[in-house]
Amino acid sequence: MRNPLSRNVVNIQPSGIRKFFDIVSEMKDAISLGVGEPDFDTPWHIREEGIYSLEKGRTFYTSNSGLKELKIEICNYLYRRCDLQYNYSNEVLVTVGGSEAIDLALRAMVDPGDEVLVPQPSYVSYHPCALLAGAVPVVIELKEENNFKLTKQDLLSAITDKTKILILPFPNNPTGAIMDYDDLKDIVDIIIEKDLYVISDEIYSELTYGKRHVSIASFPGMRDRTIVINGFSKSYAMTGWRLGYAAGPALIIEQMTKIHQFAIMCAPTTSQYAAVEALRNGDSDVEMMRDAYDKRRKYLVHAIRNMGLSCFEPLGAFYVFPSIKGLNMSSDDFATRLLQEEKVAVVPGTAFGACGEGFLRISYAYSIDNLKVALERIERFVKKHK
Amino acid sequence: MREKILTAIDKNSKLTAKDLAIMLGSTEEEVTSILKQLEEEHIICGYPTLINWDKVQCERVTALIEVKVTPQRGLGFDKIAERIYKFDEVQSVYLMSGGFDLTVIIEGKTMREVANFVAAKLAPMDAILSTATHFVLKKYKEHGLPLVEPKQDERMLISP
Repeated sequence: MRNPLSRNVVNIQPSGIRKFFDIVSEMKDAISLGVGEPDFDTPWHIREEGIYSLEKGRTFYTSNSGLKELKIEICNYLYRRCDLQYNYSNEVLVTVGGSEAIDLALRAMVDPGDEVLVPQPSYVSYHPCALLAGAVPVVIELKEENNFKLTKQDLLSAITDKTKILILPFPNNPTGAIMDYDDLKDIVDIIIEKDLYVISDEIYSELTYGKRHVSIASFPGMRDRTIVINGFSKSYAMTGWRLGYAAGPALIIEQMTKIHQFAIMCAPTTSQYAAVEALRNGDSDVEMMRDAYDKRRKYLVHAIRNMGLSCFEPLGAFYVFPSIKGLNMSSDDFATRLLQEEKVAVVPGTAFGACGEGFLRISYAYSIDNLKVALERIERFVKKHK
Repeated sequence: MREKILTAIDKNSKLTAKDLAIMLGSTEEEVTSILKQLEEEHIICGYPTLINWDKVQCERVTALIEVKVTPQRGLGFDKIAERIYKFDEVQSVYLMSGGFDLTVIIEGKTMREVANFVAAKLAPMDAILSTATHFVLKKYKEHGLPLVEPKQDERMLISP
């Protein structure tokens, strides 16, 4: 028999997080600080709208690019919150989560051999999606001394004449770093000068603390070279509804819609109706959740620094990314032994790129009571191994 | 900061001044002194515990009574409301708009006890024109908190 598998696919490494997941799931009564999704249930009025749409029998396909009402609300939202203007009819595509949009954007824009810049540590799917699209991912290592931001120098030194796309994953999972107006301003000139396109993953845009999120697409000259990716999972606690979107110039969105049309057909109809309600009447829910995350964030950073670990202050998402470099243990060792000795699950930084070595991702999408118990255990562990 | 503290302890009065200080970006001293002020100004009126008495082997009944009264000249409804809320059995008294004037919430050990209170204490008061008593059958949610068991965390233990 011939080998049934594609070499391209087989060569891709499975997500490092998966390996760890298997160990954790065999551990009974472990406390986890390892999830990448909100602890809140989807606000009831949004769920209720989904239920209502089912009661009304809205169980059919929507148009490929998504419900018209939803696309209009997405455009209103992007204008209201990010000062971005898009035409709902051909510049927005509703997708199955932000992750589909990332995959589509890459597939629609690269040819074999094109280089895609992937800043790391970052979400697990950029690198493999670039490979699957036939591109060459080039990792840019973000540094703690730069607060895990992408600097002008980092960017310049990674660009070659094959570079076509920059992935911009801010607010960042796992570091919690954000790029504010000045940080973005610093790199915009280079992007335009070197004629790059940007896939800006702004899925955590509503979860920033103290500073409003700024989209790179709002800079002069950037709208036509940026695909903005966002969704409902993090801001409205709707991970299981699988709904995201991409907004950008019609030229690119039309090609993305073509792939989406053949591969997916359309995003789930129930979720789309619920999302309309989220965008129309969900601002106060977002505010409530942001407020709760902010309290936990401060609590967690304080507690971790009190243990004697250095911890950069995250201004976005719901993760802290402390350094364990003083402990003479690899990230993997730390996470595995913490799980075995204290039954607390955190994610080793290396799951988000090799340069995550020496760091851990700790999520604060948990109640304060839960965090307190876990932090006591982590403290005991750190003291023991110092 | 006052409002931030109040919002933070509205649903969880067990948070210590130290925790509040960390979470709100303040100092323990400041939080303690603001809490003291709020208590003195009677903005914080107490720190009760939300108990689901249905789960305790202990008979209790709650009734909501609609009361119509004649307001008194110069005193309005306040005097009669005060006469009512001074009874220990009375949990809450609200002045209402609409078809009746006061909502009185009573807690007693038995239905008979509540009925006796209405018949012997409440209804005979001079200013009271009429009462309508409704017994509570089951409490689902109070003070913004559901009185049911919190559901298990169903999320996967680790996700990217």
